[in-house]
Amino acid sequence: MSIFVDENSGVIVQGITGKEGSFHAKSCLDYGTKILGGVTPKKGGETIFGLPVFNTVKEAVSELRADTSMIFVPARFASGAIREAAEGGIKTIICITEGIPVLDMIETKKIVKANGARLIGPNCPGIICPEKCKIGIMPSSIHKRGNVGIVSRSGTLTYEAVYQLTQNGLGQSTCIGIGGDQIIGTSFIDVLKAFEDDPETGAICLIGEIGGTGEEEAAEFIKDNVTKPVVSFIAGQSAPKGKRMGHAGAIISGDRGTAESKISALEKAGVKVCESPANIGITIKETLKGI
Amino acid sequence: MKIHEYQAKKLFRDYGIDVPNSVLCETNEEIEQAIQKIGVPCVIKAQVHSGARGKSGGVKVAKTLDEAKTYARQILGMTLVSSQAGSKVVNKILIEQAVNIEKELYLSLVFDRTNEGVSYILSTEGGMDIEEVASMTPEKVFSALINGEFNPEKDVKKLGFSDEISFQITDTLKKLYKMFFDKDLTLAEINPLAVTKEGKVIALDAKVNVDDNALFRQSEIEAMRDKTEENPLEIKAHEYNLNYIKLDGTIGCMVNGAGLAMATMDIIKQAGKSAANFLDVGGGAGSEKITKAFEILLSDSEVKGVFINIFGGILRCDFLAEGITEAMKTQKVEVPVIVRLEGTNKDLGAEILNKSGLKFKVVNSLSEAVEVLKGL
Repeated sequence: MSIFVDENSGVIVQGITGKEGSFHAKSCLDYGTKILGGVTPKKGGETIFGLPVFNTVKEAVSELRADTSMIFVPARFASGAIREAAEGGIKTIICITEGIPVLDMIETKKIVKANGARLIGPNCPGIICPEKCKIGIMPSSIHKRGNVGIVSRSGTLTYEAVYQLTQNGLGQSTCIGIGGDQIIGTSFIDVLKAFEDDPETGAICLIGEIGGTGEEEAAEFIKDNVTKPVVSFIAGQSAPKGKRMGHAGAIISGDRGTAESKISALEKAGVKVCESPANIGITIKETLKGI
Repeated sequence: MKIHEYQAKKLFRDYGIDVPNSVLCETNEEIEQAIQKIGVPCVIKAQVHSGARGKSGGVKVAKTLDEAKTYARQILGMTLVSSQAGSKVVNKILIEQAVNIEKELYLSLVFDRTNEGVSYILSTEGGMDIEEVASMTPEKVFSALINGEFNPEKDVKKLGFSDEISFQITDTLKKLYKMFFDKDLTLAEINPLAVTKEGKVIALDAKVNVDDNALFRQSEIEAMRDKTEENPLEIKAHEYNLNYIKLDGTIGCMVNGAGLAMATMDIIKQAGKSAANFLDVGGGAGSEKITKAFEILLSDSEVKGVFINIFGGILRCDFLAEGITEAMKTQKVEVPVIVRLEGTNKDLGAEILNKSGLKFKVVNSLSEAVEVLKGL
């Protein structure tokens, strides 16, 4: 099993005719993902990679029976695209787009919820269930099927963790990037819950970073609800206060959102926190050996 | 993005929020006329992006014309030092009419990350650090998440003013709320908001932060950007769409992705050094962008070594290698350069580096990088 998506997910790509959208749609298609078609306003009727393009999500859903959407729409239109997906009947929305104005996301998240959909991201690398499906922008080749679940706020740092795991002979059940923005659709807790219930996942790797309180809330949740071993790394231990470190959400405001606070909360919850990002793979290997 | 008090007050005026009369001065020649126009008593205020202007001598009240001139000349051109913002030269001052203050309040609207909405904060204790007030005397702070309709009347009443004053405070808050959403703000703070002896409510200070992600639709605010407040290397990086933040260490680093960039800074620290910058070259960088990024890194005179850490996903390692060799050919590199390439086209990238005849220290893992960095 894998979480949130699997080989049966029927995927449309919003923004499929754009440079990024087409490049990654092709890469996902090559990976074996059931990419059914795409949506680009005013380009309905065209085809790309032999797949149909529609003007609206609603049309794509009714013609293709899609239940999942991957969004590559530019930031100024992306929150509209998320709303359109949720209202058009998509159940799992994966928004890769970075740079969406935060005030747009307040209402958008409510609309997603009201329509009973799940949003992953925005500003995320997407989700991959190795050897089943990839709905995102991660490099396919570093992944290997196995039983470690990875959840992260970052893209390339997740690849780093995956690479170290694979190098250590450990595969992954599902790797999910929840996004580096201040408002994101799926939280650490949502993913931890799903990993805990997923029989294929044997251990969890949680990669956090400075800013917000998502990791502290995750620690609180782990204490009472997660029986599987959790290994973590928190990026930004050397980051200065008050500066936004690339991600819109990665900022220490006053004394809030520091790496120390997150590490201490996670350790109190029994999580093994790696001091160095160089040791993520080996730490998980050793943790699994100990069971 | 931050804007200056005088710019924020211009927005306040546009939205009908009352502010005192004022004149902005950038040269000594403008000072006299400005003081004549505003009269005394007046307040001279340094226009810099720094929270603690008052404490560092950047705000002064003048009772006579002579005093006003003296203070204005003192503040214009002075260097303000604060722990938060470092040292900053005052290029602009605001000369503002003083008002008869009866009571100073605190009022703000803020994007509330935890609750994923906008909250308002009100307090009877204006002119102070609100976080301090909230921790010492929480009963004097009223705040709530705005959910659906915005009705702050109930909390405004708790401040204990007459109906007329309460109405003015509510009105100010509602105007600020409209401005908050129209202008894509993440913070709009009036501290203090004064109630005058004449029974008027007026904003004496204005602090506004704008969502960087929304600047594409806020051209008026984008035009308010004050480049003298930014690091020159950061401005240059911004032009090439590079995410660069100047820090105070000695190891320049170039990374793709914000999370890995932060982790790379952490690695540098573990090796007993500290990062000279944060630099995320992004996912789709081509070799030209990499060349520019490398130039920016090297133009920082503090840099004693460079660590390039790339996990090629969308960014191809061969593009990266081409960019670096190109940059190293056109300018003299006198510091050691450590390179770690992983992911897409890693071998092609390594080949380009090896064939270039230039000196690199290539490492194969983050652990190896730590060891090499220790020896720098």
